[in-house]
Amino acid sequence: MLELKNICFTRDNKKIIDNVSLIIDDKKYIVITGPNGGGKSTLAKIIMGIEKPDSGKILFDGKDITNMGIDERAKLGISFAFQQPIKFKGITVYDLICMALGKRVKFSEACKYLSDVGLCPNEYMRREVNSSLSGGELKRIEIATVVAREGKIVIFDEPEAGIDLWSFNSLIEVFERLHEKIESSIVIISHQERILNIADELILISNGKIKAKGKKEEVLPYLMENTKRCRFLKEKKDE
Amino acid sequence: MSKFNDVERFILKKVSDIDDVPHGAFNIRENGKGIMRNTTENINIVTKKDKPGIDIYVKANTKSETVHIPVILTQGGMTDVVYNDFYIGENADVLIVAGCGIHNNSCQTAQHDGIHSFHLEKGAKVKYVEKHYGEGEGTGKRVLNPVTIVNLGENSYLEMETVQIEGVDSAIRKTSGVLSKNASLIISEKIMTHKDQFAKTEFKVELNGENSSTKVTSRSVAKENSSQEFISRVIGNEKCFGHVECDAIIMDNASVKSIPEIYANNIDARLIHEAAIGKIAGEQVTKLMTFGLTEKEAEKEIINGFLK
Repeated sequence: MLELKNICFTRDNKKIIDNVSLIIDDKKYIVITGPNGGGKSTLAKIIMGIEKPDSGKILFDGKDITNMGIDERAKLGISFAFQQPIKFKGITVYDLICMALGKRVKFSEACKYLSDVGLCPNEYMRREVNSSLSGGELKRIEIATVVAREGKIVIFDEPEAGIDLWSFNSLIEVFERLHEKIESSIVIISHQERILNIADELILISNGKIKAKGKKEEVLPYLMENTKRCRFLKEKKDE
Repeated sequence: MSKFNDVERFILKKVSDIDDVPHGAFNIRENGKGIMRNTTENINIVTKKDKPGIDIYVKANTKSETVHIPVILTQGGMTDVVYNDFYIGENADVLIVAGCGIHNNSCQTAQHDGIHSFHLEKGAKVKYVEKHYGEGEGTGKRVLNPVTIVNLGENSYLEMETVQIEGVDSAIRKTSGVLSKNASLIISEKIMTHKDQFAKTEFKVELNGENSSTKVTSRSVAKENSSQEFISRVIGNEKCFGHVECDAIIMDNASVKSIPEIYANNIDARLIHEAAIGKIAGEQVTKLMTFGLTEKEAEKEIINGFLK
């Protein structure tokens, strides 16, 4: 179980996370949604230890991890898929999967993680994780490495960002399968309805605060409320 | 029983990846003298009469044979200069493994200057691997100044891999190539320096033949107080293609200088130079730390991958 207690995070005099408290139970499928700039990605990074909160506490399975580094949290079982996958010169897909697993495994063993995200291992395993791969391919590789870690809590930061609709449609299937077979808690930051549909629970974050939490039907009305009309269009209509 | 002592065996493994006497044609040189040689029906090795070194003759149409010419230097206070000329016959296809390892336990400098010239006839194909390595407890410097001169005939191809990973205090590496019609020269260089080491690379490639091409890739890591220089000069005199890519990771107080020079003397010459120098990207370290690696372990993996 992951528990956030009164987390605050301010940068450039802007409260990005404003006193957020939250519990994520084991084996839950949580989707965090809300408008851009509302603090979702920052919250995910705070959980992984990439950003450090100004105040508040983070407990993981009852242990205070607030001051722990990224690597220590990873060893406890927290995994994180980046919104923009990181590229490396010289490091192959196979190398990256082995690093994610924490050991050199047989080539054949590493292959299954690529197959799971819809990439042909023979075609991709020896390729470098660099700019020669498309956004969709990098995203799938990013997800494969995170799945390989089999963490207790797996965070995906906007898996749909930067990839085309067609690639995303097949990625959705990956998340659906993940939901069925994985024993971890899954936290996905997303705006995509199909991802929202398979969540056990939605959390709406806006202006650094949790505005609503619960089943989709309960949270959606708050989400719609948040959608402001464009002032310019409104004025045009009023003329 | 091995014909080599432990130091010799270790150095041969490091620079030539061989465990003992290699198969095929070879010439092993130690402290300025040839100590072992083998020739084959297709590959002859002849000692030069006018200066130190050997001439290697590969007959036309020789396929899948290898030539190993490692150099071992274990004496401080010695400067070993050697001239090795390779004559590769038409349509031959061979692997040549050179390299020099210095084990210097003395307080005097040990230096090896290997001057290698390649003459490839029509359609010949060569893969040339060259590794440089230094070790030893002494305060004496370990200096290597390799020179490679490549003359590529029509439709010939030479792929050169040069690696300097550790222990070399100073290296000035000069590589030049002259390419005829349809010839290709591929060069890949990997260098890592640390402490107060210095490494300089100078490439000069003249694309004289129609449809000749070159691709030069240099990846280097400069750590601690070391410094590196990379100068590449590609001259396109005909319809040709040249691509130079120089990537360097800089750490601690190290310095790296990259000087690109591309000259197009023909309207159909297409020449590209890319250079990037920078520290290890923080986001790469962060990503690997999310796999449970410490910051140091993450940096090591990034460098190993970069120089792989």
